[in-house]
Amino acid sequence: MSQSAVPSFPRHLLDFSDWNRGQVESILETAQMMQEVLARPVKKVPALTGFTVATVFFEPSTRTRLSFELAARRMSADVLSFATATSSTTKGETYRDTLRTLEQMGIDAYVIRVDAAGVCHQAYGWLHKPVINAGDGWRAHPTQALLDAFTLRERLGSLEGKKIAIVGDILHSRVARSNAELLTMLGAQVVACGPATLLPGSLPGATLTTSLKEALLEADAVMALRLQKERMDKGLLPSLPEYIAAYQITQERLAWARPLAPLLHPGPMNRDVELEGTLADSPQSLVERQVANGQAIRMAVLYHLLVGKRS
Amino acid sequence: MKGEILFKNANLVDGRGEHGRADVLIGEGRILSLSGGEAPRVIEAAGMILSPGFFDPHAHLREPGQEVKEDLTSGLTAAAKGGYTDLVSMPNTSPVVDNAEIVAALKKKAASIGQARLHPAAALTQGQEGKILSEARLLREAGAVMLTDDGRTNEDAGVLAQGLQYAASWGLLVSVHAEDASLRRGGVMNEGEVSFRLGLPGNTGFAESARIARDLEIVRYVESRGSQEAGQRSRVEGRNTQVEGQKQTLLHVQHLSTRRGLELIRQARAEGLPITTEVGPHHLTLTDQSLNSLNPIFKVAPPLRTQADLEALIEGLLDGSIDCIGTDHAPHTQDEKELDMLRAPFGIPSLEICWPLLYTALVVGHGFPLHTLIERFTDGPRRILGFPPIHLTEGAQASLVLWSPGQERPVVPQSFASRAKFSPWAGWALRGWPSVTLVEGRVVYEQGAVQI
Repeated sequence: MSQSAVPSFPRHLLDFSDWNRGQVESILETAQMMQEVLARPVKKVPALTGFTVATVFFEPSTRTRLSFELAARRMSADVLSFATATSSTTKGETYRDTLRTLEQMGIDAYVIRVDAAGVCHQAYGWLHKPVINAGDGWRAHPTQALLDAFTLRERLGSLEGKKIAIVGDILHSRVARSNAELLTMLGAQVVACGPATLLPGSLPGATLTTSLKEALLEADAVMALRLQKERMDKGLLPSLPEYIAAYQITQERLAWARPLAPLLHPGPMNRDVELEGTLADSPQSLVERQVANGQAIRMAVLYHLLVGKRS
Repeated sequence: MKGEILFKNANLVDGRGEHGRADVLIGEGRILSLSGGEAPRVIEAAGMILSPGFFDPHAHLREPGQEVKEDLTSGLTAAAKGGYTDLVSMPNTSPVVDNAEIVAALKKKAASIGQARLHPAAALTQGQEGKILSEARLLREAGAVMLTDDGRTNEDAGVLAQGLQYAASWGLLVSVHAEDASLRRGGVMNEGEVSFRLGLPGNTGFAESARIARDLEIVRYVESRGSQEAGQRSRVEGRNTQVEGQKQTLLHVQHLSTRRGLELIRQARAEGLPITTEVGPHHLTLTDQSLNSLNPIFKVAPPLRTQADLEALIEGLLDGSIDCIGTDHAPHTQDEKELDMLRAPFGIPSLEICWPLLYTALVVGHGFPLHTLIERFTDGPRRILGFPPIHLTEGAQASLVLWSPGQERPVVPQSFASRAKFSPWAGWALRGWPSVTLVEGRVVYEQGAVQI
């Protein structure tokens, strides 16, 4: 794909494999402008007037869905909200059938969250309209990675050569996969760390380690991931105290990283599991900033996919 | 000499080798002559190859109970179209084929359909539940040729050992889907670099090799106990009594997919262990890289592996460590295969393209010896199941296939006789398409044959 001053964009954000650095930089720049919109007393622009965005959440997630919906509304788009709790998928309707039904309602872009990797790719094939992956199984969560990159750049400036540690259940984490993809594209060096049973055999772009000290040592930023409690049931982890003993980010362990290294967490957080209680509220924590930036990033993504130049 | 059909100028290739051109006269269900004769039907076969009919030791025809995916008529018609004159149907239907009545009913219905011949496999355990052995003696009398709990894995080693012992005493082969369920877990594709990147649950190749290693020890155990019964086994009467002087296969490992599994089998065979194995067309032509498409059409069990596995399997097929090709034809509905990667069922249909696919990929593309590939489609499966081989000699059974090595045609799933009208090979340009399939001298499939 060629890079030019005003890059064109793929018609989907499924993961970053069809995206290049120029396109990503453009999204981050646009998000900066959206940030300015959000700082105004009237937080609304007419950019997407007349467009309809559907948020289709086959897997429950209030935070991400609200973030996307608010982003769309701030751009004056109409929003159609579909969530499994109120849907027919529990009655045996397939993802394809549900999406094809929505298609008949004149949707211009789909934001999809689903438990199985690849459904967003399939959906793009069925719908021929912009599809934004809001998290598919263990695979990808690209807007989370974009907002993480945006948040990190606010604090660190360029990510070129910066060491970013990602700590937790890497194997089952779409956040880890998308961040490894994106942060390395932006020049960072990603070290993924977790218990041996929760690490994949490989993760493109990232170095893998079971040693928290090795991961945190001289790190420019630290990202902790949510630990799903069901991992214990499947024999992947002995116990929560065992995890905390080895992998909880504490004030003391954070000292291995560079001074004032920012701390991120995609949420929702298990307090006193991934992070020591007070850390999430410390000045080093960017957790709240991540949420605020999420909206600007999602506005930028919607804008570029719906009215941006096509590739 | 007078017959019913005459193939003029056919090139003869069977499992023994290539035998040049001949005018082959068919009549009374046999090859009457290799030097011409008179017949009301004369088929010009110049540029075509005549071979023994293919034998598939592993197909899922879904009847009874899942006719929405496939039934005997569509499955056996697809087989005949693919050059198969015989196939073994798997018993994981609904209800499970675990009693003589169902086997007899399937045989009867298949005979009335009159396409490829059906040889049902029956369940090793009742209901395929892995607990109580099914009635091997009665099943065999009804026409079952193999016992297997395929579709499930044999988690209870003790039950498998008893099943092997008991089935062998009635001259029945046992086949296994060799995967350790606890290592496989919820894997939907090969565990490796691709699954880690895609974030899909992986099924390690070691789930297969670990299970093969266990099963080889079970075979050793059963052999050590059963040597005193060897005499009795050879006295068993019936159609598939073992060929004289040939050690009876105790265990057949289905759809081998890994290099490591092959190494274990090769070594055990060198030690004289009575085991055999098969490989499917998908494991010889596709790898886990296909899953980058995130298309469940490539979802199959055992999963598509790596290029190194694929190359090892071709090598094993060549050196005879792998006895035969088993399609593992596994039809599903289009809707099911358009579910997501976690929910779509495992399975790839391949009956009617298996020969052209492997002829094109292996013989044309890879320099694989033609008669060896023919052997793996004909003599190999017949040998492991105790059927006599079909060779192109006067007096041989006229269950044959005439196919075209030159004409190239794409795979068009919409035109499949199978109900499963999807294919991971859709659009592949293949050679080797069957033109005429004969079962005991009777034409069961014909397309594009030139009549004089």
